[in-house]
Amino acid sequence: MTISSSGPSTSAADEAKRARIRASLARRHLTERIFKGLGVAAVVTALALVGTLFWMVISKGYPAFTQANVALEVYFDPEIIDVDAAPVRAAGQSDADFRAQNLAWQRQVTLANWNAIVEQAVRDAAPAGFEIDARSALALVETGERHRLRDLFVANPALLGQRVPVEMLASANTDNWLKGTINRDLEDSRQQLSAQTRALADQLLENGTISFKFAWHIFTNVDSRSAPASAGLAGAFVGSLYMMLIVILLAVPIGVASAIYLEEFAPKNRWTDLIEVNINNLAAVPSIVFGLLGAAAFIQYFGLPRSAPIVGGLVLTLMTLPTIIIATRSSLRAVPPSLRQAALGLGASKTQMVFHHVLPVTLPGILTATIIGVAQALGETAPLLIIGMNAFVASIPATPFDQASALPAQIYLWQGNENRNFFEARTSAAIMVLLALMLALNAIAVLLRRRLERRG
Amino acid sequence: MTNLIIAALLLFLLGLAYQQGWSRSQAVATATGTRLHSRPVYHGALAAVWVLVPAVLVLGLWTAIGPDMTRNFILSQLPPDIAALEGNALNSAVARIMALSSGSGVAGTVEPYEAAAAQALDQFRLLSYLVVIGAAAGTGVLALLLVRRRIVPRLRARNEIEMVVRLALLACSAIAVLTTFGIVASLFNEAIRFFTFVNPLDFFFGTVWNPGFATTGTGAVGQYGILPLLWGTVMVAAIAMLVALPIGLMTAIYLSQYASRRVRDVVKPIIEILAGIPTIVYGFFALVTVGPALSGFGQAIGIDIRSTSALTAGLVMGIMIIPFISSLTDDILRQVPISLRDGSLGLGATPSETIRRVLLPAALPGIVGAFLLAVSRAIGETMIVVLAAGNSPVLRANPAEPISTVTVTIVNQLTGDSDFAGPQSLVAFALGLTLFVMTLGLNVFALYIVRRFREQYE
Repeated sequence: MTISSSGPSTSAADEAKRARIRASLARRHLTERIFKGLGVAAVVTALALVGTLFWMVISKGYPAFTQANVALEVYFDPEIIDVDAAPVRAAGQSDADFRAQNLAWQRQVTLANWNAIVEQAVRDAAPAGFEIDARSALALVETGERHRLRDLFVANPALLGQRVPVEMLASANTDNWLKGTINRDLEDSRQQLSAQTRALADQLLENGTISFKFAWHIFTNVDSRSAPASAGLAGAFVGSLYMMLIVILLAVPIGVASAIYLEEFAPKNRWTDLIEVNINNLAAVPSIVFGLLGAAAFIQYFGLPRSAPIVGGLVLTLMTLPTIIIATRSSLRAVPPSLRQAALGLGASKTQMVFHHVLPVTLPGILTATIIGVAQALGETAPLLIIGMNAFVASIPATPFDQASALPAQIYLWQGNENRNFFEARTSAAIMVLLALMLALNAIAVLLRRRLERRG
Repeated sequence: MTNLIIAALLLFLLGLAYQQGWSRSQAVATATGTRLHSRPVYHGALAAVWVLVPAVLVLGLWTAIGPDMTRNFILSQLPPDIAALEGNALNSAVARIMALSSGSGVAGTVEPYEAAAAQALDQFRLLSYLVVIGAAAGTGVLALLLVRRRIVPRLRARNEIEMVVRLALLACSAIAVLTTFGIVASLFNEAIRFFTFVNPLDFFFGTVWNPGFATTGTGAVGQYGILPLLWGTVMVAAIAMLVALPIGLMTAIYLSQYASRRVRDVVKPIIEILAGIPTIVYGFFALVTVGPALSGFGQAIGIDIRSTSALTAGLVMGIMIIPFISSLTDDILRQVPISLRDGSLGLGATPSETIRRVLLPAALPGIVGAFLLAVSRAIGETMIVVLAAGNSPVLRANPAEPISTVTVTIVNQLTGDSDFAGPQSLVAFALGLTLFVMTLGLNVFALYIVRRFREQYE
């Protein structure tokens, strides 16, 4: 720079050039600022999107964790519950016969007019002089609660003729009305509840008969169509649990084993190249195609049951395998060659080198790969729809071969429910549970990784 | 209960074999005074493998043929008039006897022949159980005796065990290949069955999608033109890429070139959260928040935007793909040699000039590869479009209208009761095959480009 500026002959041309550069500098710096601004804008947009998504889920979902409960005093009226005494097992009676007799009695109990009992309890709770017709009184309480009264009675027939305080769930529509998730100014004809029920709900909330309590039943109940307020995630949760167990039991050993083979043992030839290309492509196959494989191969060909966690687990295992293989391979590759050479140099065989020296070092990596794979499998929905796991199942599956739902499939079912006002919150709550599980999994992965790495 | 006993038996046999192999090898070594080729552990493990294989084979054979044999035995115990029954009546007769024999009893009176059959079944079960366990244990012990005789100091037990391990590893990595074969075979198989109903030309070049309902019988075949679905798929994917590419690219550039370490360490994981969120959550987000918001925005500026439309689905899918693009681009920018960047900066170029004229051109093949991988993700994505695209398989150019895609249609055609008999459900496999081929092509091409790019700078 000093040379060119001191040269006397070029000074004029130089000056012109410098002026031009100086003039262009402002423009270039402006471009620089714009470009950097675009970068900031992109990052801010991405962050804002994450924020909006979580804000939407949480703001919609948290009201669903509390629900309106009605504290009623129930009179087990002997005139309404007109049934025989509960059967007692006679000496020498076979199991099956006693069961049949018991079932007959329970059927008789079920046929009693439990609605009348609920209706009477609601009338008793209403303020003095409050006029309400039978339908409106029943609409206040969740329809499934009469089955709970029946179950209470079956468990303890001595309740006949007694007055018992029972805490019942308010119906979904009552819950909507009290939470304001339905427009309170709509005219009568467009409201789900009659004017009487709405007025009664408001008054009962005021005098404390109706109160909002934490909705534990979201975690303990199974799905329900007829009684939406009592619908819970227990069945879906157990279904997902079975599938994740299958994924962990199958995908992790198989995935790690094939990663070890490909990375440490496989000769480099056309066949192993083929396997490698194959695994990379398998990782990018759309998940719904795995669902089709499950429907055609596992259900049609091998005759496994539809809607069962065993099929879901197998499909998710195949889907997770490439993820685990690829991640395990990259952590195997990260082991320094000096470790291998030292082991081999001291006379270890190749198998000993891999299993005694390389594998322990890669444990944190394998663990992370496992958890990433499991978290991915936990949230996968599309293949489950194809193998029928979005069927309505109102029981907790006892084995992986029973019909079951899964958390994401349950979310899909709930978002399609006709009672949108109620189920928008319920779906968001289910999403919160799912996201919380995934966050917990990831947190465990990070913690374990830190501990293992410190030791290693 | 019986399973527990069998598991205990197997464990006991294993333990016994291992112990025998271990102690025998040491005894042989001390007796002959020579050193063992392999340490006793390997002799023990080898003996265990030798014992396990025949025992498991016997048990596997019984699980395969056992139920049939039991049923045949029950049939042979029934009086001829009952055994001559067919279908459900016969099945319930058999079930009654099994219930009697299991001890839970049956409702109603027990016929004398039923009680007799149940008793015979009890004996048969006990006998067959003892025979199977005896056979499994017997072959195991036989194998153990054989393997004991093989144990000599120069037996290369370690090498044999390592061979077994290697074979097991190879079998595991073959599963990934088998999966691909399974996918291709099942898709082809069912798709060919579909093409016996519908002409492939009508399928691939038809412009009308109207499959009709399975309940109307096979007479109503319907129209299966895939073009409206492909068009919907392409439109949603294009909108998604329009959203994801600029945001993802600029995020990666900013975070890798401009941001301080602290900002980077905070922001990067937050954006990667987007990649871990299940797609059903995005679908719900599109349905409940983005769709109505877009529709309201359209009303405000006087355009009719439907709340479930290609636009809604594409926008949300774009959000889903942002972290995918940004982390891939980040990796690729990192692989460009730092000397290129330093050279450009040293010549007086501003950072943005360096990025635009040096880094990006050098990274272009890699970015194109990442782009193609993202497109293949967008094409195969299901839940967002199922919830937010409106499911209307009609050829339309307006992105503000509902559309349908290949994946949505697969879900629709297979949801509910389906026996894979009519074209209505089989078409899902033809669609799946199309989808598989499309994504496979994109992936192979993208991976090829990315690999070429890596080799260039290695």
